[in-house]
Amino acid sequence: MDEPPPRPNTPEFTVSEIAGAVKRTIEGAFARVRVRGEITDLRAYASGHLYFALKDEGAKLRAVVWRASVPRLSLQPENGVEVVATGRLTTYADRSEYQLMVDRLEYAGAGALLARIEALRLRLAGEGLFDAARKRPLPMLPRVIGVVTSAQGAVLQDIRTTIARRFATPLLLWPVPVQGEGAAARIARAIRGFSDLPAGGPIPRPEVVIVARGGGSLEDLMAFNDEAVVRAAAASTIPLIAAVGHETDTTLIDFAADRRAPTPTAAAELAVPARVELEAALAQSKARLAGALARAVQAVRLRLAAAAAALPDLPGLLGTARQRLDDREARLGLAVAAVLAGRRGALSLAGQRLRAGPQGLAALRLRLARAGAALPDPPALLAASRQRLAAPSARLGPALLAAIGARRGALALCGQRLGAGVRSLLARRQRAAAPALARLSPAAITARLVLERSRLDGLAGRLDGSSYAAVLARGFVLVSDDAGHAVTRAAGISPGASLTLRFADGTVAARARRGGGASGQRR
Amino acid sequence: MAEAERKSVVAIGDLSFEEALAELEAIVKGLEGGQQKLEEAIGAYERGTALRRHCEARLAAAEARVQAIVEKEDGGLGLRPAE
Repeated sequence: MDEPPPRPNTPEFTVSEIAGAVKRTIEGAFARVRVRGEITDLRAYASGHLYFALKDEGAKLRAVVWRASVPRLSLQPENGVEVVATGRLTTYADRSEYQLMVDRLEYAGAGALLARIEALRLRLAGEGLFDAARKRPLPMLPRVIGVVTSAQGAVLQDIRTTIARRFATPLLLWPVPVQGEGAAARIARAIRGFSDLPAGGPIPRPEVVIVARGGGSLEDLMAFNDEAVVRAAAASTIPLIAAVGHETDTTLIDFAADRRAPTPTAAAELAVPARVELEAALAQSKARLAGALARAVQAVRLRLAAAAAALPDLPGLLGTARQRLDDREARLGLAVAAVLAGRRGALSLAGQRLRAGPQGLAALRLRLARAGAALPDPPALLAASRQRLAAPSARLGPALLAAIGARRGALALCGQRLGAGVRSLLARRQRAAAPALARLSPAAITARLVLERSRLDGLAGRLDGSSYAAVLARGFVLVSDDAGHAVTRAAGISPGASLTLRFADGTVAARARRGGGASGQRR
Repeated sequence: MAEAERKSVVAIGDLSFEEALAELEAIVKGLEGGQQKLEEAIGAYERGTALRRHCEARLAAAEARVQAIVEKEDGGLGLRPAE
């Protein structure tokens, strides 16, 4: 009845003991867990630790990231973001709390991750980081190619073999981790590091940079969606090719790069041309170059030939000119000699005459006397002329008379030849046809004679036609002196001499006013 | 003349492969157009030949060396051969 309260058989713990027991229990039961929830109450302490809570509709779990783990987080915690936190569950005995010591944070679910990537893409696109105008052309044949990727793994190997196959080119690797904690920062620094290399420095500056990574999960590729990496790629001063993941994977660096390649091998193909193709193109250029010059030379040669054909024969021209020169030269020599000889002769003659003055005078007198003796006797001449004037052609002048005489002589000759011809014809006929001769009428001969007569008359008519009458008709005048002689020289006319001017239609008597000839001709 | 020639050869040495190739292509087209004076054509041919030689030399200078950047303690950069 009055029993002492029964001694409870439940063990008694101190607070610390129970706290320790709980701790052991919790840590033993949940060694390592992944917890999904939305981040809330996020606080960063000066110590470097990071405190927040994960919550869902029904509960809240305190979480802490120790300072040492913070840099290795693959995402930057933010309130409201749904994550999967990985860590150890433990207790905080001071406050009777249990909490999660987080060493890894991931975005919860692909949808949430993609939504975050899309938000970043829109923001960077709004800044113009992905503008087409920012894209630079790749060099055709880079001297050095920079590669940002892991030093291990198939990616670098793929790039090396592709470059070696197409066009062996020096590669400069900037080794980086391509996933996990700190990968994004290392990748961004490598891209900037290549851009910062000075041209001509000890480390050759690449002319194109490939940022590459093999395939992986969305989370594996997250470093290439990092804002720092995307900004570094956009700011690169070297043309940049991004080749991250497989063909179907798209990361934000693809938008910022100058070219996007679906695979690392494709990136290497973009970076260098195929050498055999270049060599073939160069060989073709070489052939075209030589061919074009040959054609140009040929065209000019044709034009030259055409022009040369049109040129005058210069040697021929020169030969002609030389010949004429030789001719003139020879004639010049002769002419000078002749002139000299002539002058010398005249000089010696004048000298002789000068020396033999009296004798010369006598000789001249002698020549004068002889000339006087040789002069025809005027009355006799007159008589002869009268005689000639008495002829039927009384109008004929002395020259015409002579012509007529000649014609007449010729005519007489013709007549003689005619007579002789007729006689010989007759004789031949008589000899050849003596029997027929008796029957031959003299009419044929008569007719022949008539024919010859008419030819003679015709000749006479033509003779008359050529008389000076025709000349007078053309306006010339025949001048004769008192004696009826034709005056042919002005020198023969003395002042006051009466002259007869015969025109075509009659004669006019005239008197000379002044004696004939120019004064200079008078002696 | 010889001075100018030497100058142009030096200039070709400074050209990148694609610059040289582009100029070579332009020269070939110009020559094929056939509108140049003979002297210009011969000059262009000589330049084209020099450009071609430059391009061929560039094609011949192929090297498959791979080096890796080493970030030093002091923040400087170094090179080491990569396997």
